[in-house]
Amino acid sequence: MQKKRYVLKFPPQSGDQPFSYHLVKDFDIRINILRAEVWPGKTGSLVLELEGTTTNLKNGIAYLQENQVSCEPLNKKITWDNARCISCGNCTAVCFAGALQMDPEKWELQFDPEKCIVCELCVPACPLNLFKIDFRE
Amino acid sequence: MAIQKTYEEINEKIRRGEAVVLTAEEVSQMALTCTPEEIAEKVDVVTTATFGAMCSSGAIVNFGHANPPIRMEKIRLNGVPAYEGLAAVDTYIGATACDPENPKYGGAHVIQDLVDGKDIELEAWGKGTDCYPRKHIKTVINKETVNEMILFNPRNAYQNYPVAVNSTSQMKYTYMGSLLPNMRNATYSTSGELSPLLNDPEMKTIGIGTRIFLGGTQGFVVWPGTQFNTSKPKNEFGIPVGNSATLAVMGNLKEMSSEFLQAAYYEKYGVSLFVGIGIPIPVLNADIAKNVSIRNEQIETTVCDYGVEGSPALGRVNYAELRSGEIEVQGKKIRTAPVSSLSKARKIAEILKQSILAGEFEISKPVQMFPTNTSLKSLKEVKGGTE
Ligand code: SF4
Ligand code: SF4
Repeated sequence: MQKKRYVLKFPPQSGDQPFSYHLVKDFDIRINILRAEVWPGKTGSLVLELEGTTTNLKNGIAYLQENQVSCEPLNKKITWDNARCISCGNCTAVCFAGALQMDPEKWELQFDPEKCIVCELCVPACPLNLFKIDFRE
Repeated sequence: MAIQKTYEEINEKIRRGEAVVLTAEEVSQMALTCTPEEIAEKVDVVTTATFGAMCSSGAIVNFGHANPPIRMEKIRLNGVPAYEGLAAVDTYIGATACDPENPKYGGAHVIQDLVDGKDIELEAWGKGTDCYPRKHIKTVINKETVNEMILFNPRNAYQNYPVAVNSTSQMKYTYMGSLLPNMRNATYSTSGELSPLLNDPEMKTIGIGTRIFLGGTQGFVVWPGTQFNTSKPKNEFGIPVGNSATLAVMGNLKEMSSEFLQAAYYEKYGVSLFVGIGIPIPVLNADIAKNVSIRNEQIETTVCDYGVEGSPALGRVNYAELRSGEIEVQGKKIRTAPVSSLSKARKIAEILKQSILAGEFEISKPVQMFPTNTSLKSLKEVKGGTE
C-alpha cells in the first residue's frame, strides 16, 4: 500500500463525471480530498491523497489520463522560517486545512506539514514573509 | 481602613526588593478568589503588555553634519523617503513610508535595520545655500554614526480594537490580516486582559510621564496618542467596546532590540511596525485593584465588517470567545485568529515584572493626567479647497 498526493486538473467537459467513484470502486483506491476547485462546465482542480497498491494507483492514474484528466504528483511543499516567527497569528486566519494553529496555552504558532494542502494562502498572509514554496520533491 | 498607597511608598518597596509584582494575567487569576481590597493589600504593581502592529510609529534621526555641509531638502534611507522639513540634518522616518517601486521594504524596515546595527544608505539633496553649499551627498550611516535616533510613536497601544470580518465575496487584504470572503474568518488584535489600557480603563495611573517598557528598553508616555477618544460606549465593566484611548510614546532607539520592534509588510496594504510596549500599573487602592482584575470574558469589543465602506458594526463579542477559536456573529459561526502576538506580550510583561522585582525599574507618577472628554472628528471635504 502506498499513500501519495496528486494534483488533478479537469477539462471543462469532464466536470460532471464521477471519477472518484471509479477510483474507489474499480481500482480500490482510498481518496482523501485535500482541496477541491471544481465547477460543472468549467475547468477544475483537485488536490487528492490517494492510497492503494502500486499497481492499482498506476492503473487508476492511467484511467484518469485516458479521460483527459491530468494527474501530477504534488511536489510542492511549504517551508516556514520558524526562528523568525513572532507568533502573531496572521497566517492561522487563512489556513483552513488546520496546518497552522496557535497553541492554546502558549499562543505560539504550530505548523503541521502533514495537514498542509499547499493552498499557498499563508504566503502573502505572513507580514514577515516567513513562508516559502519549495518545489523540490 | 481602606488601603491607599502612594507611588513613593511602592518605589521604596521596589528599592528594598520587597514589592509584590504580578502580571495582569496572574492578577486576573488571583481575583477569582480574592476581593479587590485583598489584592490592593497584597499586590503593589501589575505589569501589562502588548506586541502588535502599530502603523503610527517612526523615528527621529540626526545624522550629524558632513564637510562641506548640506541642508538636506530631500532624503532617502535605503531608498525610503524620510521627512525633509526638519532643519538641515534632522529627519523623521515614518514606519509606513515606502518607495512605491519597492513597497515591501519601508520605514519600519529601515528602523529595524538601524536597531540591528546594519549599514543604511543615506542619500540627500539640497539646493545649496551660503551656509550649506553642498547639493548632494550619498553615504552610509548606522546606529554608531548618527548622533541620536529616537523612537517617537504618535499613536500606539490602542485601548481595545474592533474584530475584523469581511462579508463580501472578495478576499480583502487589510492591516487586520487577510480577510476571507463571506465572513469565513475574523481577526482580533489586542492582548485582552494583558493589554495596558484595558487594565486602567479610566487612565488613573497612566498619563504624561509614565515610565514604560518600549521596544526592549525604558521609554515614556509623552502625550495622549492621536485619535485619543474617551467617548466610546462602555460595557458594564467600564471597558470601551471599540478603539478609544491611545498613547504617544518615546524612547531611545539605540537601546532597543529587534526582538521587540519588528518590521512587517501586509499584502496589498503596506508596511507597519510591531511595537512591544509594557506598562506597570501601581495598585494604589482597591479601585485600581478591581480594574487590573479584569478578565477576558468581561472585555468586549465590536465586530466590524471591513469589506463594506465605513466598517459597519455587526455585533459584540468578548475576548474569551475570541480566544476559543470561534465566535458567533448574526447566527453564523466564524473562525477567529489573532493578529498581535500574545506570546511576545507575555514575555514583555514578565521581563517588566522581573526588572521591577530586581529594583531596576521604578514606577512613575504621571506629570499630568490625560483629558477625559475627547471625541473624534472626521475629515470634511470642502469643494475647491480655499479657492
Ligand atoms: S504570520 Fe508569520 S510571523 Fe505571524 S505567526 Fe504566522 S508565520 Fe509567524
Ligand atoms: S499552504 Fe499554508 S495556508 Fe495553505 S494549508 Fe499549507 S500551511 Fe495552511
